[in-house]
Amino acid sequence: MISFYLNDQPIRTGEAPASALLDFVRYHEHLKGTKIGCREGDCGACTVLVGELAPDGLTVNYQSMTSCLTPLGNAHGKHVVTVEGINAAAGQLTPVQQAIVDEGGSQCGFCTVGFVMSLTGHSLSDKPATEKNTIAAIDGNICRCTGYKSLERAAATLTAQLASRPTQNAVAWLSEQQFVPAYFKTMPDRLAALRTAVAAQEAEQSATAHGNGSSASTVSPSGHTQSQNGHDSSAANPFAHPLLGGGTDLLVQRLEELREQPVRLVFDQSGRRGIRQEAAGRVVLGAATTASHLLESELMRGLLPHLPQYLKLVSSTPIRNMGTVAGNFINGSPIGDLTIMFLALGASITLANPAGSTRELALPDLYLDYKKLAKTPEEQVTEISFPTPLPGDFFHFEKVSKRTHLDIASVNSAAWLRVENGLITAARVSAGGVGPVPLYLARTSAFVVGRELTAATVSAANAVMQEEITPISDVRGTAAYKRLLLRQLLWAHFLQFAPELAVDELI
Amino acid sequence: MNHLDPNRHVRGESQYLDDVLVQQGTLYAAVFESPLAHGVLLSLDLRAALAAPGVARILTADDIPGHNQIGGIVPDEPLLAEGHVHFRGQPVALVLARTEAQAHAALKLIRVEIDPLPIITDPRVAAAQGELIVPPRTFRIGDSAAAWAACAHVFEGVAESGGQEHLYIETQGAYAFPTEMGGVRIISSTQGPTAVQRHTAHVLGLGMHQVEVDVTRLGGGFGGKEDQATPWGALAALGAFITKKPVKLVLDRMADMRMTGKRHPYSSDFKIGLDADLKIVAYEVTFFQNAGAAADLSPAVLERTLFHATNSYFVPNVTATAFSCRTNLPPNTAFRGFGGPQGMFVMESAIAKAAEELGVPASEIQRKNLLREGDLFSYRQPAEMCHAEQAWDTAARQYNLAGLQAEVEEFNQQHKLVKKGFAVMPICFGISFTKTPMNQARALVHIYSDGSVGVSTGAVEMGQGVNTKIAHVAARTLGISVNRVKVESTNTTRVANTSPSAASATADLNGKATEMACAALRERLLRHAEVEYTLNYEGLEIHDEQVLAAGVPADTTWEKLVSSAFWKRVALTENAHYATPDLHFDATTNTGHPFAYHVYGTAFTTVTVDCLRGTYTVDALRIAHDFGQSFNEVIDRGQIEGGAVQGIGWMTMEELAYNDEGRLLSNSLNSYKIPDIYAAPAVLDVHFLDTPGHPKAILRSKAVGEPPLMYGIGTYFALRDAVRAFQGHTELPFSAPMTPEKVLVSLYPAFVGATSIAVATNN
Repeated sequence: MISFYLNDQPIRTGEAPASALLDFVRYHEHLKGTKIGCREGDCGACTVLVGELAPDGLTVNYQSMTSCLTPLGNAHGKHVVTVEGINAAAGQLTPVQQAIVDEGGSQCGFCTVGFVMSLTGHSLSDKPATEKNTIAAIDGNICRCTGYKSLERAAATLTAQLASRPTQNAVAWLSEQQFVPAYFKTMPDRLAALRTAVAAQEAEQSATAHGNGSSASTVSPSGHTQSQNGHDSSAANPFAHPLLGGGTDLLVQRLEELREQPVRLVFDQSGRRGIRQEAAGRVVLGAATTASHLLESELMRGLLPHLPQYLKLVSSTPIRNMGTVAGNFINGSPIGDLTIMFLALGASITLANPAGSTRELALPDLYLDYKKLAKTPEEQVTEISFPTPLPGDFFHFEKVSKRTHLDIASVNSAAWLRVENGLITAARVSAGGVGPVPLYLARTSAFVVGRELTAATVSAANAVMQEEITPISDVRGTAAYKRLLLRQLLWAHFLQFAPELAVDELI
Repeated sequence: MNHLDPNRHVRGESQYLDDVLVQQGTLYAAVFESPLAHGVLLSLDLRAALAAPGVARILTADDIPGHNQIGGIVPDEPLLAEGHVHFRGQPVALVLARTEAQAHAALKLIRVEIDPLPIITDPRVAAAQGELIVPPRTFRIGDSAAAWAACAHVFEGVAESGGQEHLYIETQGAYAFPTEMGGVRIISSTQGPTAVQRHTAHVLGLGMHQVEVDVTRLGGGFGGKEDQATPWGALAALGAFITKKPVKLVLDRMADMRMTGKRHPYSSDFKIGLDADLKIVAYEVTFFQNAGAAADLSPAVLERTLFHATNSYFVPNVTATAFSCRTNLPPNTAFRGFGGPQGMFVMESAIAKAAEELGVPASEIQRKNLLREGDLFSYRQPAEMCHAEQAWDTAARQYNLAGLQAEVEEFNQQHKLVKKGFAVMPICFGISFTKTPMNQARALVHIYSDGSVGVSTGAVEMGQGVNTKIAHVAARTLGISVNRVKVESTNTTRVANTSPSAASATADLNGKATEMACAALRERLLRHAEVEYTLNYEGLEIHDEQVLAAGVPADTTWEKLVSSAFWKRVALTENAHYATPDLHFDATTNTGHPFAYHVYGTAFTTVTVDCLRGTYTVDALRIAHDFGQSFNEVIDRGQIEGGAVQGIGWMTMEELAYNDEGRLLSNSLNSYKIPDIYAAPAVLDVHFLDTPGHPKAILRSKAVGEPPLMYGIGTYFALRDAVRAFQGHTELPFSAPMTPEKVLVSLYPAFVGATSIAVATNN
């Protein structure tokens, strides 16, 4: 059973955990305000809010998510909010809705609810609203009609209104101002009660499951009770069930297939969260770490001060709220942004097998060929780690795509560099979109080590790099363009590290 | 005023096709498409699919009771493939199943055998092989061939513009229900309800009166649902007609992108001649339009390209020829601007070519040649109430043209790896369907006995705010609050024989009809008031729901007046017909007066190019636009902003890609990018020009739908300007869209030359 709150209603459902939350909302609950635009997280018309009880049990943290890619199972224990759950009585508009109407931010209206939900989620955030972060809240919402300027004006109005939002008891204020209905104030208690009830129920089912051969549920390795949807899986090894994280890749690629079978939900596994620094000079990330977690991590931002601006180039707010770093690695796309960053950071992954034993794998060694990985289906990434960069180290990420934001790169590249007295003493350069796998450019990296940081070194490194890559022509660009672009990105890395480099010698 | 729809949109209460409550027994349809772009259909094996769970029926061309033909202009398009397939994604069969998932699962079990035939994707190849949709057309004025000798400068070149995916966020779809008299009722997401009705009747072998089409609203259309909503409406209707059950067909995004046509890509040759004073003396242009596999609206689009071939300029000697070329791509179709943008892009390329070669700013040539009052277009209609120079000069003053240009120059002198670019884009766009008979509309207005008002017209609301405008026209004409007015769904049984909501003309045509119906009702009510309340008819009016006699409130209000009229058996319903006066066009001589009026404007675009990465931003788009007397500035500004950003998308990131097999490579939202919020210009200023409007525009508020798209063309030329500031070569091809790839390759032409040579050697 999946138990959660949908707006102000408790839900208990035996629907497939890997089915899309969008379909549940629209076709099961008949809440039609949430629209279907693309079913791949690229338009935001289906945006909903997913609220999770904070560890203190007193507040609920709401994040925007595209319901087309949210596995229903990931709603377990949460508060899912659709537009019907924020609408005020008697046709009154919330301040978000009013601002959009007043500024003409809705034309055909099909994308509008997505904008409403993203902005409502932003108003529920605990960060002070700025014009920039209000706009960022709708960076995953595509509108074909308005040209966005009216939505920018609505966002500005909203930012001004949110300036008076108190830091304490924000939900009470938001409810008073009619951003959200009053029932939001009761959600922490209701979610806490739900958590207790679910725990009790799962313990009971787990105790009786073995004695009941016809049970419709089994307990997955994650400890989460799952519906089998009539499929006989008693004989199947539960460790063979597909692992599902945020769903941002798998629900695009395999929705039909996954909703017909049991899955292991990564987000339900305990101990997969958190980013910590270990004494041994390594930073360790749990496998359920999302891109948003990276963005919000004080530790990561301290070590990599430019990380937020790099992560802004990675998909969009709702997708970053859902997609995991480990999922990006395992998807094996030759162009995965996070993979490219972590290759240059020197990351390794920890893989656990069903027997419980683990092994470490350097990230470059994971990739054998296009979408072929050096891991068995039963193995699961449990942790990601990388050596803690020193304060003077350079780290830089570059990405060029047709559209700067919310797009897949034509070519992306990251570089980590340690320079002592004008000499490069250590380097790691990676590049995506220029081969069948995300490339760690071992030869290029080795080439620059021991050399002076000069234009001549960079130029020569490019010659090595051009030999190391094998781009093909596709919808993201011709092979010749990708070669040129990667050369430019290599220069961009070094110009970032050493702005004094003679530009004329390079171009 | 109460902009009616958005209040419901923000609450998620507006109903779109997929939101209609599903009736019991509904079957879900999925379309089996041709996997090849051209070939002979040898056999179709449906056995496995028919045996699949939930499958009720699979329909093919053999099941069509009437005529298997949905071509609107030329009868060359079967509803379901028969004998041959002509493009990848062409509908071949329709699976009907109990659930959507079952219908889609069954598609995978259908086997088709096709004997492949050669595939053409390039319009010039098609033209060379004589594959033309219709005979070529030539618009001519003066004698361009004789004029070259008198020109001080003559330049030639090639210009290419790409297609554009509509990307309405609501995909295509229809929901059809069998009716008791053996007909069908279709809820369709279409801009052209009558087209769906007419073609469905033809396919089913029924009279049009047996087919009812109803449209509440669209989640975006942009031309993509003008003709191309028809197949899905007709297919759903076919399913409902044959199975006697409701049939729902909604395309998923990728099917929609694969199966539907786009804006036409064009490849064109131009030749331009100027005198020593930079006055354009002659212009010759040949357009090769990539029409796709069937005519669809291509001949009409092609015609509008010819109408707009000289954009906002007066050229005394013009020869413009256009070929509509048949290729093995999905039939291309209407898209905001309807061929106009493609024509204007070539003209602007020609001017840019001349400016670059002569070393003068393009704006100098542009300004000198703007249309003036009375100048003739190539089709012999004079420019009347012409605001081309006013638009330019007002923009120049308002935004400081010289200052903007100087700023760019100064910036470029100071920066090595970042360059700015600037361009001016004047526009002139003709308003009316160029097929004169289509310029007619009807409105049916009911005043209910409680004083509330229902208006039905042929207009389809798709975000352009036409319902709000019509409600405003009705309220203003009747003298009542707009809150009393409901604009009904667009329904073929209430308003028949409608033109599609297209050509920017919807508010004008349907608004005028509404105004006429309401004026007749007003007069009837006031005549009634004259008798009932013994008032002098002269000087009677209704204002703010109060009846005024010579400006003094009479003893009756709107509600009382309506109620008393009802009890005195006065007709409270009126139907009005409007046909735009004075329109004519002779398609044999290509001369006449096809447009009610023209819309003018000028835009300044400033861009910044990152010359290291080839990426760019549109810094500012500053527009002075001729709205006439706008009566809803929020809606009108929204049309300008939205249209301009759509045009910027067409010119920058929106790159439609087919491979040589006719397979769409840019087949989803992850590989076809439209502008997001960060891609919109940082500054987008819209100045409302002070113009009187036009009497043929509704309430003198000029049509505003299509013209702004063409402001986006300036972005292409601004990017080109920035590239040339870094890399001063003149060998840049005129090829839109200007993607980051094209920018980078233009910035470093030597690298790509060297690489392609190296690759060629390796092979």
